[in-house]
Amino acid sequence: MPHRHDSVRKRCRNSILRQQLTHHYNQPLLGFEGKKLKKIIWRVFFTATTVVALGAQASSRDSISVVGSSTVFPFSKVVAERFGRATKFRTPTIEQTGTGGGFREFCKGVGVDYVDISNASRKIKKSEKTLCKKNGVREIIEVLIGYDGIVLANSVNAPVFSLSRRDIFLALAKEIPNPDGSNSLIPNPHKTWREVNSALPDTKIAVLGPPQTSGTRDAFVELAMEGGCKKFAWIAELKKTNKAHYKSICHIIRDDGAFIEAGENDNLIVQKLNANPAALGIFGFSFLDQNTDKVQASLVDGQQPTFESIADGRYPVSRPLYFYVKKAHVGVIPGIAEYLAEFTSEKSWGEEGYLADKGMIPLPKNKRAEMKARVAGLVEMNDF
Amino acid sequence: MNNAQPQKNSPAERVQQSLKKRYRAEARFRAFGAFSVILGLAALLVLFVKIISSGIGAFQQTYIKLDLAYDESVLGISDPRDEDQLAVANFEGAIRAALLTRFPSVTARSDKRALYSMVSIAAAFELQDELRHAPDLLNKRRQYWLLADDDLDTYFKSLKAGDPYLGRVSPQQVEWITSLIEAGEVRKQFNRRFFTSGDSAEAEMAGILGALIGSLLTLAVTLVLSFPIGVGAAIYLEEYAPANKFTDFIEVNINNLAAVPSVIFGLLGLAIFLNMFGMPRSVPLVGGLVLTLMTLPTIIISSRAAIKSVPQSIRDAALGMGASKMQLILHHVLPLAMPGMLTGAIIGMAQALGETAPLLMIGMVAFIVDIPGSIDDPATVLPVQIFLWADSPERAFVERTSAAIMVLLGFLIAMNALAIWLRQHLEKRW
Repeated sequence: MPHRHDSVRKRCRNSILRQQLTHHYNQPLLGFEGKKLKKIIWRVFFTATTVVALGAQASSRDSISVVGSSTVFPFSKVVAERFGRATKFRTPTIEQTGTGGGFREFCKGVGVDYVDISNASRKIKKSEKTLCKKNGVREIIEVLIGYDGIVLANSVNAPVFSLSRRDIFLALAKEIPNPDGSNSLIPNPHKTWREVNSALPDTKIAVLGPPQTSGTRDAFVELAMEGGCKKFAWIAELKKTNKAHYKSICHIIRDDGAFIEAGENDNLIVQKLNANPAALGIFGFSFLDQNTDKVQASLVDGQQPTFESIADGRYPVSRPLYFYVKKAHVGVIPGIAEYLAEFTSEKSWGEEGYLADKGMIPLPKNKRAEMKARVAGLVEMNDF
Repeated sequence: MNNAQPQKNSPAERVQQSLKKRYRAEARFRAFGAFSVILGLAALLVLFVKIISSGIGAFQQTYIKLDLAYDESVLGISDPRDEDQLAVANFEGAIRAALLTRFPSVTARSDKRALYSMVSIAAAFELQDELRHAPDLLNKRRQYWLLADDDLDTYFKSLKAGDPYLGRVSPQQVEWITSLIEAGEVRKQFNRRFFTSGDSAEAEMAGILGALIGSLLTLAVTLVLSFPIGVGAAIYLEEYAPANKFTDFIEVNINNLAAVPSVIFGLLGLAIFLNMFGMPRSVPLVGGLVLTLMTLPTIIISSRAAIKSVPQSIRDAALGMGASKMQLILHHVLPLAMPGMLTGAIIGMAQALGETAPLLMIGMVAFIVDIPGSIDDPATVLPVQIFLWADSPERAFVERTSAAIMVLLGFLIAMNALAIWLRQHLEKRW
């Protein structure tokens, strides 16, 4: 802009600003590069705004939306992917929100704005049913898909532990029954495994486990801790008389450092066990299955966690896996019926199916047939 | 000073005496600074070495050579030009037949299963694609390099590294693999799939492209919304806003917003965009909106700093020349402040690129296979993909996690380089 500079100079000849102005206006204010940049910026904005405007128009959904348990997540995603590749439908979107978070989304309502399927590593709770009903979600199909074992494992460089559920309770509960036999509680005094049970090694109690938000933690507490807790007759009696107190005894894990919350990431727990052979870790069976060179499972009540022992219920710390489907969405969102058919096919959840390869423990044959019939007939839960 | 000792030395001597001490203090101070820099660099180096050494393997994938026939009777089709027939053709059967021909001694059912599991399910889809493009291959026999299963891949890679991982392969499979290796029928190839496909439940098929596109779409929405709004807000606050309590109040709030944990913005996005406006879950549009809320304060603050740095003399001159306030801003202040604003915007974008927490709430932490084509397709972003892979039980995802981190870091470095370039080429100095 040379002409502008000249005129500026002429007009301002005697003004106070002259010195400053000549100084600044001698350099081009907005040079060639600046102009080019301006053009580029406008062009970027224009294209991007068009994209936003076009994108915002469509809003109906053509892919299935699944939320829920992070334990079911790896199984759900294999089915979704195979389904997406083998059919003309889009691959379902699978979110891992945790079982509770999944039901919160699931029970928000019926319609394309709401999710279709919720995965769960436990049965739906009464409070969640109430929430669903309140929001008009009434017809729900419950499908049991298989089992998952929760293992207590340590590094392969350490000796194998053989624990009973009673040992687990006595080692990890915040308060334990008074050893003098009276019906009272004392803060957990145990520092080493040998103090819990003289057959166990003389190492410090250090257990790495998931935080309270985790479904694995819930299941561990319910199956392992409560299972051991019930072995004390007077506590078992409490269940009938004072359920809240019973739960507070059986479900509360000690917080004095013997139980270490190690985050939701099971891989991390495996790595930490590898680094610290004295510690035990709590995680899902599929992680044990993938890392047999690093960690070994402890025996619980004399049972090794294997496919067979979990499937037939001999291994005590195992839980059922479910998913829940909104009946009203079948036929509205394309592909739900086909997705359910893929999930419940023998090549998927059968004894030699691809879900078993991923570490899911299959249902017994008659259960599979029952669930398959339920899905095929879209039979909703009747106690809803 | 009653208790002070009488000074015997002259001032010059005293200075001389304290000099040594001062030099030592100076040297300590310098050494401390240098030590901090070295510590920082060392941490960075360790991080890079760790990530690169564990992620480099993911750029190569194991393949098995098999003598394979597109046999009409095995595939169960007659016309490969017919898409319907192609969709149901039994390519897995063809691969199984080829495996059985290669290892004729395998007869037991469980052994066969172990044998079949050595080839990835992706191989069947690859063969389908090939036959679609070259229908003449029907009934012909050829040698193919087929993608191996992730367990075999992990074994083969760990074998080469001298520490074979036997956790997921049976002794029998090891025998077969050894025989394949001896015949030169196993090799590693560049893993093109990693850059051309979306996520997958099977580690050997998983790729980063879906997350990369998702990140780009989300950032595009963020940039388009946050930059004009941020710059507009900055101009108003700097140039027009009256200096009163209300303006101060707004300013304090913007500065506070910049420090709010990002997950809060996710909750806000869930409440407003999903629950109030009924927008779909898991889409880059909503992700971009949430990240806009998050980056706006950053952009406003840096834009205001850039506007402030335009010399007063230029404003005075423009006004003195009869320019209106709007002309002053559009013709002089904005062009001069633009490099600073852009740098701020890019830093804000780089921050948004690395966010996972706010996206958790709006459903972008999800398993998504299809590569998103627009901002209302379900999508995920790079950091979320890293998080999901780090959480997967399969061993082969470990190296993929590191590889994805490398891609994300590359992306970030490119963005920062752009910011530096913009600053150096466009910035005016006085």
